[in-house]
Amino acid sequence: MTYVKPKFRHPELKKNKLGYTIDYYEGSLSTLCAGCGHDSISAGIVQACYDLNIEPHRLAKLSGIGCSSKTPAYFLSNSHGFNSVHGRMPSVATGANLANKELIYFGVSGDGDSASIGMGQFVHVIRRNLNMVYVVMNNGCYGLTKGQDSATADHGSKNKSGNTNIFEAIDLTSLALELGATFVAQSFSGDKTQLVPLIKAAMSHPGFAFINVISPCVTFNNNPGSTKSYDYVREHIEATATFDFVPEMQEISVSYKEGSAKQVTMHDGSKIQLQKLSEDWDPLNRQSAMNAILNAKSKDEILTGLIYVDPNTKDLHHMINTSDTPLNQLNEKDLCPGSKALDEVNAGLR
Amino acid sequence: MSKDKINDFVVRFANVNGTGSASANFLFTKAIFRMGIPVTPKNIFPSNIQGLPTWYEVRVSEKGYLGRREGIDLMVAVNPQSMAKDVESVRPGGYFLYDSSKKLNPNYIREDINYIGIPLMEICNANYTDARQRQLFKNIIYVGALAALLNIEFSVLEGLLADQFKGKEKLIPSNVKALQLGVDYIHQNFKYPLEFRLERRDLLKDAIMIDGNSACGLGAVYAGATVAAWYPITPSTSVVEAFMNYADEFRVDEKTGKRNVAIVQAEDELAAIGMVIGANWNGARSFTATSGPGVSLMNEFLGLAYFAEIPAVLIDVQRTGPSTGMPTRTQQSDVLEAAYASHGDTKQVLLFPSTPKECFEMTADAFDLSEELQTPVIMLTDLDLGMNDHVSEPFKWDDKRKYNRGKVLTAEQLDKIQKFGRYLDVDNDGIPYRTYPGTHPTKGSYFTRGTSRDEYAVYTEDGDAYQRNMDRLLKKWETAKTKVPAPEIVGEKNKFSSGLLFFGTSTYAAGEAMDLLKEKNIFVDAIRIKSFPFNQTVADFINDHETIYVIEQNRDAQMKSLLMMELNANPAKLVSILNYNGMPITADNILNQVENNIKLSKTLKSK
Ligand SMILES: Cc1ncc(C[n+]2csc(CCOP(=O)(O)OP(=O)(O)O)c2C)c(N)n1
Ligand code: SF4
Repeated sequence: MTYVKPKFRHPELKKNKLGYTIDYYEGSLSTLCAGCGHDSISAGIVQACYDLNIEPHRLAKLSGIGCSSKTPAYFLSNSHGFNSVHGRMPSVATGANLANKELIYFGVSGDGDSASIGMGQFVHVIRRNLNMVYVVMNNGCYGLTKGQDSATADHGSKNKSGNTNIFEAIDLTSLALELGATFVAQSFSGDKTQLVPLIKAAMSHPGFAFINVISPCVTFNNNPGSTKSYDYVREHIEATATFDFVPEMQEISVSYKEGSAKQVTMHDGSKIQLQKLSEDWDPLNRQSAMNAILNAKSKDEILTGLIYVDPNTKDLHHMINTSDTPLNQLNEKDLCPGSKALDEVNAGLR
Repeated sequence: MSKDKINDFVVRFANVNGTGSASANFLFTKAIFRMGIPVTPKNIFPSNIQGLPTWYEVRVSEKGYLGRREGIDLMVAVNPQSMAKDVESVRPGGYFLYDSSKKLNPNYIREDINYIGIPLMEICNANYTDARQRQLFKNIIYVGALAALLNIEFSVLEGLLADQFKGKEKLIPSNVKALQLGVDYIHQNFKYPLEFRLERRDLLKDAIMIDGNSACGLGAVYAGATVAAWYPITPSTSVVEAFMNYADEFRVDEKTGKRNVAIVQAEDELAAIGMVIGANWNGARSFTATSGPGVSLMNEFLGLAYFAEIPAVLIDVQRTGPSTGMPTRTQQSDVLEAAYASHGDTKQVLLFPSTPKECFEMTADAFDLSEELQTPVIMLTDLDLGMNDHVSEPFKWDDKRKYNRGKVLTAEQLDKIQKFGRYLDVDNDGIPYRTYPGTHPTKGSYFTRGTSRDEYAVYTEDGDAYQRNMDRLLKKWETAKTKVPAPEIVGEKNKFSSGLLFFGTSTYAAGEAMDLLKEKNIFVDAIRIKSFPFNQTVADFINDHETIYVIEQNRDAQMKSLLMMELNANPAKLVSILNYNGMPITADNILNQVENNIKLSKTLKSK
């Protein structure tokens, strides 16, 4: 990296329970365009990990290729990172997770990465309910290859050169719901108050946690007529609920003003506090979540917040019944049947 | 044929795919095996599940030649669909065994062969009422008939049935009865045994019989593989299926029922190799098995693994290409695709097993090598080795063997290091040190990527840093030459001016071809290549001979190209002996091609 991050920090930065200040969760200086939505999401991840007292080295961050996929370099420099190939991060994350189920797996992808070249892997990682957080930084265009429309660009949206997109958009959020994702959320890079608790909740979810974050590309898709521009999203955003994530052991002292409240307890004891805005939406009911999205769409609104969660889900390791000890910690003694067993195999082949 | 040929003939079975003939035919082969006689079966099957013609060819060889041999001595023709072709393929003087329940079409009568008509269907109808039984036992009856014709010991057949139906003993008597029906019919109607027949020997010692794919699956269990990701493709599918079965036997905790293994059927080959790379990156031994089309899809990821230096084991069971080619026929045509898999300057480590024992051993070695070198290792077997049963030396395992996990730093080691550099060449062998994710709170984390980076894994587009890295990878390649299995010099070293060079399943025919050549006063040395990169022995062998016959089963002489490119071998010296009709190469074929070449070079010289 040619850029060196200035080391100066306020001497009285607050420390979290592990004794780390927030800068401990940062990465190298971003090389993305100034104002890129992706940087705000990185900042959200930093904040969430700091708040949750995550040991950075116990988290593995994986991505594909694209501006969005570069971001793992910009948060948690004490974590192992993996920029894989374009669109195929889910398989690498799957292998990594199978090898060691004790780490936290954080995947970052773009809409080109996930909705085109990587669509197959995106779909199948959901189907397997891999225990990971999967964030799509969705700007409706290809940033790194300079602005082509992506498959999530809305029908009728204008790109920078003024051309109108004639194709229907692939809506990754509905798709994830449809495919059985056990945690589905949607947010906006410009809404840190909503995004940070969502990331925290996703991290404590014991299965596949998907967050589709609309993240405007200031360079290629922030023009009038684009439905993924800052202005457009701000005007059309509609939250499911005001939202708070309460980590395990923390006193619950959130109070909401209006509407009905809903509390979801995650497997580790942490809680999601929802102050619902919409009466006919239940985040624990897939059908209801689906309806909420469709309703919002019909009104040209972008629904954000936690859309669906199944807090009692069982991940891939449960399904294939792997040992409690992570597979990468087993040795000859656990794995090799030895020469005696081999003699028996030989005998069976005579 | 001279009278009374013992333990030296070829029987071919012509069946309909999906009628249960496979187990009957295997019974026949296994009986010969248990009589201590070298035997080799080949499945010649269509790329189809049911209804089409399928053949099973069994060669019996007192001399232990376990390659294919042309010329059918006895055809067991129980498929009307292929009968015309089957009659044609019997050698003059040979035998044609058919179901005489219906009169034989006069077009199928040849003057120069002998006919053995057995009313298989009639016998079945008379003895069994159930339709499925009638079909299944037809096959067992012809095995009984062959037992009488060729002198297979009946007690051996009975023993095999007892093994096969262990736990389902009820099924044994009806099978024995079917065998007996066949035996009786021959006794009553024919002169038996035939002049070519079997005699018990003790030529196999403690040999086993198994297919290469199962041996690979077992090898992966012994190697400590814990993650397998795959996508089904003929002829590699049974590798992971065998791994799964052996894992069920050896890797399930009896108390908890939990498994020390994760096997995932991926959505495609791209995902399969991606998972393998992810798992290996995170410190689990992981592998996949595929065939040519799968390797094509995996190329981009293989390039990543090469450049980012991540171990991965891939078993490529080759079939005929290009494209879908002939999916159920054999070939050695992925050599170049595998050696240079992916774009950019890449070189991949290859292994070439020849026997099931080597499939087992090389699979185990592949994991050590891959982790030691931090690079993918691709094992190139083929359909012939993978899907056919082979007589093999038994598997061996040294209980003192430790897995070589390569240069991986622990938290304690990291503590002692000032600054960890993922791509530093600390030991001057081109192999850097790596860390598993999660090892140490502040040291050893780095970014794995397919983009250029410096010694500390920091992204850079600096040309010098890129070049340093590429040069180190080449140095690692040199180190690899000292780690991969050395070639085998067959026979004595450098006695003659010509040499045969071969690898993989061509070995079976090449050994026999050397004897045939000798009978014609053509003498050659021989070398069997077991791995790529080639080490010095291969270069020396080529340098020390005037002519090298490079035997390979593909059209474009891929191994020859590799020798030219990697060893700068003189193309004028390298004579290709090729076979690419989808069938395993035969010794006769090698002999003919060598003879033709000698004739050709003589005429060229005399001109
Ligand atoms: C196999 C392959 N094809 C094409 C590319 C070129 N490529 C790099 S990034 C990218 C698209 C990135 O778009 P997106 O995933 O939406 O991320 P963004 O840059 O917008 O954040 C493409 C097509 C590649 N790297 N690999
Ligand atoms: S091109 Fe777009 S997506 Fe890429 S860094 Fe710039 S603003 Fe972000």
